[in-house]
Amino acid sequence: MLEIKDLKAGVEGTSILEGVNLSVKAGEVHAIMGPNGSGKSTLAQILAGRDGYEVTGGSATFEGKDLLELEPDERAKEGLFLAFQYPVEIPGVNSSYFLKAALNEVRKHRGEPEMDAVEFLQFVKEKMKLLDLREDFLKRPVNEGFSGGEKKRNEIFQMAVLQPKLAILDETDSGLDIDALKVVSSGVNRLKSQDNAQLIITHYQRLLNYIVPDYVHVLYQGQIIRSGGKDLALELEEKGYDWINEERSQPA
Amino acid sequence: MSKASETIDSFVNREYSYGFVTDVEQDSAPPGLNEDIIRFISKKKEEPDFMVDWRLRAYRYWRTLEVPTWAKVYFPPIDFQSIVYYSAPKQRGEGPQSLDDVDPKLLETYEKLGIPLKEQERLAGVAVDAVFDSVSVGTTFQDKLAEQGIIFCSISEALQNHPELVEKYIGTVVPYTDNFFASLNSAVFTDGSFCYIPKGVKCPMELSTYFRINAANTGQFERTLIVAEEGSSVSYLEGCTAPQRDENQLHAAVVELLALDDAQIKYSTVQNWYPGDEEGKGGIYNFVTKRGLCKGRNSKISWTQVETGSAITWKYPSCVLVGDNSVGEFYSVALTNKYQQADTGTKMTHIGKNTRSTVVSKGISAGHGQNSYRGLVKFNKNADNARNFSQCDSLLIGDQSGAHTFPYIEGRNPTTSVEHEATTSKIGEDQIFYCNQRGISTQDAVNMIVNGYCKEVFQQLPMEFAVEAQKLLGVSLEGSVG
Ligand SMILES: Nc1ncnc2c1ncn2[C@@H]1O[C@H](COP(=O)(O)OP(=O)(O)OP(=O)(O)O)[C@@H](O)[C@H]1O
Ligand SMILES: [Mg+2]
Repeated sequence: MLEIKDLKAGVEGTSILEGVNLSVKAGEVHAIMGPNGSGKSTLAQILAGRDGYEVTGGSATFEGKDLLELEPDERAKEGLFLAFQYPVEIPGVNSSYFLKAALNEVRKHRGEPEMDAVEFLQFVKEKMKLLDLREDFLKRPVNEGFSGGEKKRNEIFQMAVLQPKLAILDETDSGLDIDALKVVSSGVNRLKSQDNAQLIITHYQRLLNYIVPDYVHVLYQGQIIRSGGKDLALELEEKGYDWINEERSQPA
Repeated sequence: MSKASETIDSFVNREYSYGFVTDVEQDSAPPGLNEDIIRFISKKKEEPDFMVDWRLRAYRYWRTLEVPTWAKVYFPPIDFQSIVYYSAPKQRGEGPQSLDDVDPKLLETYEKLGIPLKEQERLAGVAVDAVFDSVSVGTTFQDKLAEQGIIFCSISEALQNHPELVEKYIGTVVPYTDNFFASLNSAVFTDGSFCYIPKGVKCPMELSTYFRINAANTGQFERTLIVAEEGSSVSYLEGCTAPQRDENQLHAAVVELLALDDAQIKYSTVQNWYPGDEEGKGGIYNFVTKRGLCKGRNSKISWTQVETGSAITWKYPSCVLVGDNSVGEFYSVALTNKYQQADTGTKMTHIGKNTRSTVVSKGISAGHGQNSYRGLVKFNKNADNARNFSQCDSLLIGDQSGAHTFPYIEGRNPTTSVEHEATTSKIGEDQIFYCNQRGISTQDAVNMIVNGYCKEVFQQLPMEFAVEAQKLLGVSLEGSVG
């Protein structure tokens, strides 16, 4: 589904990603861990098409298409979803209006009929239950005045509505209380199928108890320096990142 | 340039779709201004003597004045002697007795503008007075309104049929000595609307005037007068467009509102005069004096304006709150794009006790647009417990535009209270990206963000107008983001 090959990128001459390789197939869950500033969010933003980053080498394909050639909204319509580490507030634009516009763009792209207000409301209500959201949520402006946890929950709610092929979750767990973490994780798990994939960026092994990854990767100074199964997360929790780094610098 | 800025750019540069010219034979005065021209206008309109006298006094006063320069707008000197002060579509025979006699070309023009005047296609629930250059071409639903004693007609017609009312009220809210453009208007005004709502009557439909400038080199000087007697209420809408021309054209209107005890007037404007082209060539100079007098106790006047057109906008709809407990409101969206300049705001003068005013101003600057908010809140020493709330927000799109805020407060006393909030924000690339990431195109995202930003003001507009205003904003912004 997603093939990243030797991806190099940076901002105004400073390089951040120094050759990232990653392959994600349908039905898989991948976790990316790594210390602060290692480039996790940068990777997510570049995949989603954020302006301002310069790709200096390598490639990324999504469902066979050259991802880096597509506009951000086209990537979204192709089924790539990013749950933001810091969701943005859009004052005065109510959530249901926003989400209906988004959903209909995606549906048009898939060749499905647009939903009218009534259909949309029915459809969305189920998804709200999935994330244990109150109904007045839809009437509030997008993320405005939401608590940190509500914003994160809203990201996953949007994911539930848009049903992407690949969902990238950038630290969705940070800022969530223990109960919310359970609700959100079970939401994410229920959205999981053989046809889609998830890329989970997190600092905490705890999340991976709920959302169990098939693979764990460690991103360190712009490179994936170690990949393994779910046990790798436990090992990291215990020993920190320096351990891998030290091991790496040992002569073989 | 980033993608978002490119889209903003193409957004801004969308074409003006009302720029066509109607080919009708015009009956015009020669260009220039002197006492003979004023007599000519007055005679053409067969006005009573008091009117021509008043016009001449205004003219003589105007000649002592200079064009004001305090507003933050820049334009070459206007040659007042090259303007045509009277232009009317030529009448056939006696002149139209009803809309059926109106030149079909004119009816067509209003149809093209989305303002059907003919019986079968009239806008339900909205009575329209259509003003074409210097004259009113027709007013709908007059008979129905008359059943309740409501007078809604062109001011020329009012001067024929109700001269005593016009004489009693004209110039009582905006005297001809008020300012340069108001004096000029008083001397040469050609048409406009007149509304009189009798005691206790709630006007059953929206009243609206649709102004259209058609002829070249012609100034439009309309005068609108709305009087709401005790306990009455009315909602009034005003719309405007003009053809696309390379020369600048002058529009200097005066609007006077008078609300007596317990009366309410709601005045909404969607202004879409031709703004000029991408290089800043052409467009309307819009210098307007609008003022409402809350003379009665518990009266209320509310201005809502959506200003998207004109090369230059100079406009400060104001409220003078004389009656105790009276309320003044001003809700404004002003958009400047391309090379448009707007200096707009309001003046709330608190004279009576417990008077309250609310100001919500939303400025949007895109392209090379310059947008200034200028507001004055003034408290008379007897205005005990008067309160004002002002909120002035500016939104910048792209990095060539400018926003400026000039709030003034005068004469507070210990019992008055003022709350003032102001913000300036740039339309965020991160907001646009967030929308993009959900599948929404940049253009739609900008529309959505701007409309969200203006929501408080749009909510004040009557429903159909709000939809219109949103669309208009989208069109006016097209090409502004990238
Ligand atoms: N737009 C930008 N301009 C300048 N520097 C940037 C930009 N984006 C990222 N960086 C830098 O790139 C590095 C990687 O940042 P990134 O946000 O990708 O880290 P991260 O792995 O997500 O960290 P965290 O765990 O703290 O979220 C950091 O040093 C950051 O300061
Ligand atoms: Mg990050």
